Amino acid sequence: MKRNMIKKASVLALVLALGITALTGCGSNSGSTGSKVVIAGSTSVQPLSEELATAFMKDNSDITVEVQGGGSGQAAVALADGIADIGALSRDVKDEEKGTIVKEYVIAKDGVAVIANTDVTISNLSLAQIKDIFTGKITNWKEVGGKDEAITVVSREEGSGTRGAFTELTGVSVKDSAGNDVDSTTKSAIVQPSTGAALQAVSSTPGAIGYVSMEALDKSVKSLTVEGISVSKETVLDGSYAISRPFIYGVTSTVSKSAQAFIDFVMSDKGQALIEQNGFIPVQ
Amino acid sequence: MKTNEKIIERVIQVSAAASVAAVALITIFIFVSGMPVIAKTGLYNFVTGTDWSPTSGTFGILPLIAGSLSVTLGALVIGIPTGVGCAVFLAEVANRRTAGIFRSAIELLAGIPSVVYGFFGLIVLVPAIRTTIVPLAQKINPDVSTSGFSILAGAIILAMMILPTIVSVSVNAINAVPQDYREASLALGADRRETITKVILPAAKSGIFASIILGMGRAIGETMAVLMITGNVAVLPKSVLDPVATMTGTIAMEMTYASPSHKQALFAIGIVLFVIIVLLNVIAQAVMKRFGGAAS
Amino acid sequence: MKKKIQSHMFFGIIWLVAGVTLAALVIIMGFILVKGVPQINLEFLTQEPRSMGSEGGILSVIVGTLYVTGVAVLLATPVGVAGAVYFTEYAKSGKIVDTVRFFTEVLAGIPSIIFGLFGFAFFVVFLGLGWSILAGGLTLAVMILPTIIRTTEEALKTVPMAYREGSLALGASKWYTISRVVVPSCKSGILTGVILGLGRAIGETAAVVLTIGGSLNMPFSIFDSTRTMSVHLYLLASEGISQEKTYATAALLIIIVFIINTIANAIGRRTVNG
Repeated sequence: MKRNMIKKASVLALVLALGITALTGCGSNSGSTGSKVVIAGSTSVQPLSEELATAFMKDNSDITVEVQGGGSGQAAVALADGIADIGALSRDVKDEEKGTIVKEYVIAKDGVAVIANTDVTISNLSLAQIKDIFTGKITNWKEVGGKDEAITVVSREEGSGTRGAFTELTGVSVKDSAGNDVDSTTKSAIVQPSTGAALQAVSSTPGAIGYVSMEALDKSVKSLTVEGISVSKETVLDGSYAISRPFIYGVTSTVSKSAQAFIDFVMSDKGQALIEQNGFIPVQ
Repeated sequence: MKTNEKIIERVIQVSAAASVAAVALITIFIFVSGMPVIAKTGLYNFVTGTDWSPTSGTFGILPLIAGSLSVTLGALVIGIPTGVGCAVFLAEVANRRTAGIFRSAIELLAGIPSVVYGFFGLIVLVPAIRTTIVPLAQKINPDVSTSGFSILAGAIILAMMILPTIVSVSVNAINAVPQDYREASLALGADRRETITKVILPAAKSGIFASIILGMGRAIGETMAVLMITGNVAVLPKSVLDPVATMTGTIAMEMTYASPSHKQALFAIGIVLFVIIVLLNVIAQAVMKRFGGAAS
Repeated sequence: MKKKIQSHMFFGIIWLVAGVTLAALVIIMGFILVKGVPQINLEFLTQEPRSMGSEGGILSVIVGTLYVTGVAVLLATPVGVAGAVYFTEYAKSGKIVDTVRFFTEVLAGIPSIIFGLFGFAFFVVFLGLGWSILAGGLTLAVMILPTIIRTTEEALKTVPMAYREGSLALGASKWYTISRVVVPSCKSGILTGVILGLGRAIGETAAVVLTIGGSLNMPFSIFDSTRTMSVHLYLLASEGISQEKTYATAALLIIIVFIINTIANAIGRRTVNG
């Protein structure tokens, strides 16, 4: 008797719950005029998006901003699938993505630091050397003036904006005759799916080299200079540091009001000040 | 009242068919989403191609298959002797109290979520392999070097994860061997060891075999742990210290950012994975059915 | 003499194997608990995460976990119990039953990543649910369905035929017999299965991360994205955000799974005895 009642009650409760949330939730589906904004894409931009979202939601209690990761490659895909309102990228928007991403907002600038394990003896690499290391032409540190130690290349996953920016600016990735990007990162590179994971891999593997957003730099790894220039806010802003990339929020042609409100906040003085506070480089 | 009964029976039938509906839906979705890529590349090229560069449009999954198979094989090499040994311990050697404690321990192992195993592997096993195994290996071959992300790491963790499966099914198989066998063997003058190794284990072999197949299925299907500790390098491995990419890990890692054609390729991997695992499960079921009826 | 040595060696190896296995368990659990439990304090359990989870607690994650697994269990239990009832009470043999049972076994063996793929393509994108608790809950429900069907079947089988026959002899209809006599008398067995399914759902990561997303906001409606503890652990570990929080989350997860399994076992034992 009890079991039957419990079963009936739970089915009824479920139907009711689904019904109610369907009615109230209908409006809060992303992509509609609802009060929810979903940001998906770059994991490099994600911490920044979280801080901006928290600040924005304080002043706008009727809007919820959800921050998802997935990598820069996911931005356009999620927008096209209709499951995100804003796509976050940590590299330039690719040509094939421009069909979906109709408007781009550069919200910040960032430098990609080239990092190595603390046991690596050299301190500087030229762009050409970086390219040869990451394409697998140079495999031992002694070939660039270091000790006799095998180089372990740590790379990000293919959809990573950090990887996209890094490989394009160092020449590891080039466009072929058809206009497609051909990424020649060596096949023996260890692939880590995030900034933090890449940092951890480089800091714990002797002879490792990798790349992360400059904001993620910490004492566990050695930051190398590129063509003699070290990565810093100044060198990124004045363009002397070679490997820098934009943080972009991209939207489709059907931006919801709440999403636009969030973007306006991010581009405002208040938003830019928050970006600078968090260690990134504002666009002003 | 009668119509009420009929209605209820229909509702129950429909609920039971839910599993069928679920499997059918999943199968259809996976196949429909993945087939275009297989059709375009050709099944043979897809499965035997050695170049996995999905963003450039090249879809050869042999390195991924090799990755999944190598960690699975490694897990079986470690897991089968350990698992059968533990099963013998539980069923034949330990007294009731010890067996109870040990069984709880095995259940605990089974309950640990795969992401926790992966985390442990990442923090402890991968550095351990790098700092202790490599110097040992270098005594044999001085060129050996690894970051620790390797088949070995995956195999060890997977072995721990499939151990409970192998143990519990093998214990059932051993317990199903009739007591007469043991008594007859002892009466004929064999000691306990010979009874176990020459009489009981052979009699339970189809059940043990089924446990191995099930363990294999679990190992091939495991995702989180291998994603975190095998390095995700889509290259055919040359030694157990090399990093690999598994089919499951690749799908999980690349799914989030894949372009439509890339996504199709991942679904295609899903098809291959699905077929392999369903086949393994069917074999295991068939073997268990045979053993269930033939344990006399 | 030789036989004795062989015998000793054999049993020595067996004990060694058992010991090594036990040691492995102790090492894993010990390592995580020792490093993680000290990090679990009231703040950890009651505060929301800040700075991508490197500060604060995991309150929204805990709520998210309860929410998602709750939805999954709520969806899977009626369907699973009904399915098991069908197998044991209505259609006991025949090709249709065998086919359905076969499909249930197949469902049980499908790896979680395939569920994740399917959940993403079907629930998140195709049905337009987006990354949400509902999408994740539906996916998990399909995953734990076989567990609930199996354990409910086992439980139903333990009910003596006499109960059914007695009830029918007294004039009750078949449905009345099932719903008021058979099912209630094995309800602890069914509960065990539900709790086991719950345990599986909580530990699940691959299927969930693709369908729930990873928002750290406190979830309210069924359409909100959230994180479960497994997903949070994975993201913390792979992002390398905070060692302490990662250990704490792992420890909390193991403890909760342990508690759930213990409860399930305790209830299961009651069925056998009572």
